[in-house]
Amino acid sequence: MKKLLLLMLFSSTGFAGELSTERQNTLRNMLNNDCGACHGLMLKGGMGPALLPDNLAGKPDEYLAATILNGRKGTAMPPWQAFISHDEALWLIGILRKPMH
Amino acid sequence: MTKLLSILGFILSFNALAELRATGDLGIVMERENGNALIINTSHHKRLAKIEKLGDLSHASVVFSRDERYAYIFGRDGGLSKIDLLQDKLDKRIIQAGNSIGGAISQDGRLIAVSNYTPGGVKVFSSDTLELVADIPADYGEGKRSKVVGLVDAPGQLFVFSLFDAGEIWLLDLKNPKTPVIKKFPNTGKQPYDALIAEERYYIAGLFGESGLALLDLWNPEAGVKRILPDYVKDDEKLPVYKMPHLEGWAIAGDYLFVPAIGKHEVWVIDKHQWKLIKAIPVTGQPVFVMARPDARQIWVNFAFPDNDQVQIIDANDLSLAKTLTPGKAVLHMEFTPRGEQVWLAIRDDNRLAVYDTETLQEIAYLPADKPNGIFFSARAHKTGL
Repeated sequence: MKKLLLLMLFSSTGFAGELSTERQNTLRNMLNNDCGACHGLMLKGGMGPALLPDNLAGKPDEYLAATILNGRKGTAMPPWQAFISHDEALWLIGILRKPMH
Repeated sequence: MTKLLSILGFILSFNALAELRATGDLGIVMERENGNALIINTSHHKRLAKIEKLGDLSHASVVFSRDERYAYIFGRDGGLSKIDLLQDKLDKRIIQAGNSIGGAISQDGRLIAVSNYTPGGVKVFSSDTLELVADIPADYGEGKRSKVVGLVDAPGQLFVFSLFDAGEIWLLDLKNPKTPVIKKFPNTGKQPYDALIAEERYYIAGLFGESGLALLDLWNPEAGVKRILPDYVKDDEKLPVYKMPHLEGWAIAGDYLFVPAIGKHEVWVIDKHQWKLIKAIPVTGQPVFVMARPDARQIWVNFAFPDNDQVQIIDANDLSLAKTLTPGKAVLHMEFTPRGEQVWLAIRDDNRLAVYDTETLQEIAYLPADKPNGIFFSARAHKTGL
């Protein structure tokens, strides 16, 4: 029972940036489909720029998180803060920085 | 022996007969993530074949040869695939660019044009061999190259397209494919994101970077590009756009053009004589496709994330919202049967295609499909600008 409680504690709140499997799946689905609509399924770019590790190199996490959450004026990038938290944005950036995801 | 041969010949010809197939009621469905195309039959709601390994189909579109035998698939990754609908097989495939966004087939059916983001421009191929016929780089300013959007075919062996980064519309005349003639219209509005051709005459581009639409009358190109609804949406009123609207499905019903507003949860009704707004119909989200049933009595609308589980139907007679459907999770595309008694929906996250009766508005059939994102029926072969 104690173990279960501990497990529940970890899976629901967890550490900063640790997300439930279900939420991770939802975010990956968003990345594939909703981000992919402009940045491409392979993230090689389209209406929006490519988001491959090389393209993101040298850009700090917080800068990228601000772009995801607030969008970018003058471009087609909309703000996603109604759907994605700051921690989730950082998690997505972590995924994008890995060569194969 | 001759007897045996003649019997054998009879059997062979019988087999050939049994496999005869017409293509007028066939279609292609894209499976976006695994890069497959399904060949479907719309009369019997059947999957006939799956053609695999067509690359990144995340924003794929299709045109058909004038004999409706071949489907040309434009993939996001610059792939151009020619599918034989009679033999269920890939006939030819080339990678013609790094990143592309759609294409068109010429009036005479001999040329296939593709609009590319990288390298920005239009490439034209023989529809027979897929050999390159013309290469039109979208050069502008000093050494800059623009992404190309809104490519359509038009009467007179014309292709018309827009330069997203340059804010220009180009008219490409290929009456003589070896010597393309280009007429450029500069300063047509900031960031055209897609376009359509209405009544085989009016080329209309939607603008993302500023308010309104850009209109070119192909019967009178000398008059230049005119702006429609220039002041309608103020910058600070704009709602976030989670998916760019698609304009090839814009609908004309009688005197009215039905248009997805951008940055507004509205469908605009525009009078096509005055090019003035008649009515803004509030809808549930950012419209993506606004498509008229072939008889133009109903206008079907689907939406961008997060409202893409819904489809709304506008009554074109009294310009009111008639019905809201919730067909499933992520309705990405709609395609009417040629005379409009049914409509097929691609429901991506439910991994299925749904067929609706357009009179009863009930689902009458469904088919499994893996992350479907586009449905294209062969009847498009005989429509200009699709």
